[in-house]
Amino acid sequence: MFQYIMKRLIAMVITLWFIITLTFFLMHSIPGSPFNEERATSEAVQRNLESFYNLDKPLYVQYGSYLKSVVTLDFGPSIKKPSQSVNDMLGRGFPVSFELGIVTLLVAVFSGITLGVIAALRHNGFLDYFAMSIAVLGISIPNFVLATFLIQQLAVKVEIFPVATWSSPMHMVLPTLALATGPMAIIARLTRSSMLEVLTQDYIRTARAKGLSPVKIVFRHALRNALLPVVTVLGTLAASILTGTFVIEKIFAIPGMGKYFVESINTRDYPVIMGTTVFYSAILIIMLFLVDIAYGILDPRIKLHKKEGS
Amino acid sequence: MEKVLEVKDLHVTFSTYGGEVKAVRGVTFDLHRGETLAIVGESGCGKSVTSQSIMRLIPSPPGRIASGSVLFKGKDLTKIKEREMRTIRGSDISMIFQDPMTALNPTLTVGKQLVEGIIQHNGSTQQAAKKKALEMLTLVGIPDPEIRFKNYPHEFSGGMRQRIVIAMALVCEPEVLIADEPTTALDVTIQAQILDLFKDIQKKTNVSIILITHDLGVVAQVADRVAVMYAGKIVEAGTRRDIFYKPQHPYTKGLLQSVPRLDLDGADLIPIIGSPPDLFSPPVGCPFTARCDYAMEVCDRAYPFKTHLTNEHHVDCWLQDERAQKMLASIK
Repeated sequence: MFQYIMKRLIAMVITLWFIITLTFFLMHSIPGSPFNEERATSEAVQRNLESFYNLDKPLYVQYGSYLKSVVTLDFGPSIKKPSQSVNDMLGRGFPVSFELGIVTLLVAVFSGITLGVIAALRHNGFLDYFAMSIAVLGISIPNFVLATFLIQQLAVKVEIFPVATWSSPMHMVLPTLALATGPMAIIARLTRSSMLEVLTQDYIRTARAKGLSPVKIVFRHALRNALLPVVTVLGTLAASILTGTFVIEKIFAIPGMGKYFVESINTRDYPVIMGTTVFYSAILIIMLFLVDIAYGILDPRIKLHKKEGS
Repeated sequence: MEKVLEVKDLHVTFSTYGGEVKAVRGVTFDLHRGETLAIVGESGCGKSVTSQSIMRLIPSPPGRIASGSVLFKGKDLTKIKEREMRTIRGSDISMIFQDPMTALNPTLTVGKQLVEGIIQHNGSTQQAAKKKALEMLTLVGIPDPEIRFKNYPHEFSGGMRQRIVIAMALVCEPEVLIADEPTTALDVTIQAQILDLFKDIQKKTNVSIILITHDLGVVAQVADRVAVMYAGKIVEAGTRRDIFYKPQHPYTKGLLQSVPRLDLDGADLIPIIGSPPDLFSPPVGCPFTARCDYAMEVCDRAYPFKTHLTNEHHVDCWLQDERAQKMLASIK
C-alpha cells in the first residue's frame, strides 16, 4: 500500500508539472499583457513595469523563476491588485468554493444513489419512470439556466431563499441545488443501471436462498457492487462540480475562487491565472487519487499493491 | 420412510411477450428423509424451475406458480406469506446453484457470507456464528478455515468455492438440500470430490437431497431414486436400479443410449433426434411423440396414464397399455 501511494505521489507531481508548463506557455501565447489598457501608458512606464515584474526577461527565465516560486508554494503578488498576494486570494476564496463544492457533491451523491436504487427496485414501475424523468431533466438543463430559474421562482416570486451572496445556510440552498442537479442525475442513472444488473447476479439469488430480507439483500449484497461504476465517475464529477462553480459563483455573487479565476484571465493577471490553475489542478489530481483508493477499498479484487513475495 | 417434502401437481408458468410458457406442467414427487432424489432431463425440461419453485425463488413476475402444492412437513409452501417463506429458506430448505464462480458475492469475505445466514436464522451471536461457520468449513474440507474465513471468493479455486457454497447451504442444518447442477461447472476430478462430499455429509447429517442434473454419470454415483423430466413433466421415475437397468419410457432409454461408455468399444452414440416441443403451446398428447421411435396414433391424441410397475417405478407411456403390450408380444 505504502509503495503504491509513493508511486502515485510521484506521478501526481509529474502531472502537475505538465499542467504548470502547459498553462504557463499557453498563457504567454495569448495576445496582450497585464499592462495593455485603454488609456495608453508611456513606453518608459511600460518598460519599467515589465522589468519590475520580470516580464522583459526571456520566457525560459520567467518559467524557471516561476517553477522556483511554485516549489516554495509562493504564487507571488497579483499584478492588478498589488496589495494582495495570490496566496491571500486562494486563502479567502477557496474555503467558500470548497464548502459549496463539498456540500454539492454530498447532496448529489446521496440523492443520486437513493433515486437510482429506488428506480431499480421499482423497475418499470411508476417510481422508476418518475425518478428517471427527473434524471433526464437534470442532465438536460444547464446549471446556469436552473440557477436563474430557481432565483426567479424561490427567491423573487416566493421569497423563501435569499437571491444571492453567501452568509448563512439559507444562502447555500439555491446554489447547491443548481449545482447538484446535473451530477445527481448522472449518478442516479448510473446507479439504476448498475443496480439492475447486479440484482440479476447469481450471488443475489444465493442471498435470497439464504432467507435474507430484501433490505439486507439490497444494502449488504447489491449496493456495494452497484456502486463501483459510480465511484469511477465520481472523480470526473468532482471535477465538473469544481469547474461548474465558476458560473454559479458569478450568478449568486459568491466570493469563491471562481471570481478570481475569471477576472484574472480577462485582465491577463499572470500570477493569478497560474496560481488558480495550479491550485485547481492539484485538487483534481488529489480527488482522482482518493477515488482510486476508494475503489480498492470497495472491491477487494482490485489490488492497489503487489502481494508480498510476488 | 418419512416424507420430508411432497410436491403435488405443480404447474409453473412464465408470462412473456410471446405468450405463456408452461415450464412445469403437473409435477408430482415425494422426497424421503436421508435420500437423494435425482431429477434428470435435457436443458429446458423444467427441472431447475421445479427446484426454484420449491424455494419460491423463480423471478416473479414473469414466473408464477399457477397451481399445485409443495408440502413441507405438512405446510403448503405455495400458500404461506413471503415473510414466513424467508424463515424456511436457508434454514429448513437450502439450495446450491450451478456456478460457484458467480454464486458468491465478490465484495464480501466468505466468512461474512457464511455468518449472515446463521445470524439470520438462529439469532446467534457473532462469535457463536463464527464458531459454527468454522466447523462447517472444516466439514466441507477447507484447509486452514481460520485463515480462509477472512478471504474473499476470488482467492479460492472453483472447487473450493463450491465447497464454500455447500458449507453456506448446510450451515443452518437444513432438512432438504436442493442442488441445481452442482458439479456442471467443475472439472471431473473436482466433480468426483464434490459428489463424495455430498455422500459424506448425507451420512453425517441425514439431509435429504434433490439433485438436479443432466449428467447420468452423476446420477449413477449418488442417487437413490431418479425422476426423468421431459417438457415440464416427470415421464418416468423409479429407483436408480429401475432407471438404469429397466428403463421403460423411450425417452429414458434414449438418454441412456446417448451416454458415452467405456465398455462398449467403438459403438456409436445414439442421439435422440429432434428437439423438445415448444412450451408456449405444448402438445395435447405425449410431448415425446415427435421424437419417439415407437410412437402410435394414440400418442398424438392423449397424454398417457401413469402406469405403476412397482411401488417406486412408474412411467407415463402408452406402450405400457395392455393392448400395446399384446401387440408388442405378437410382433416378437
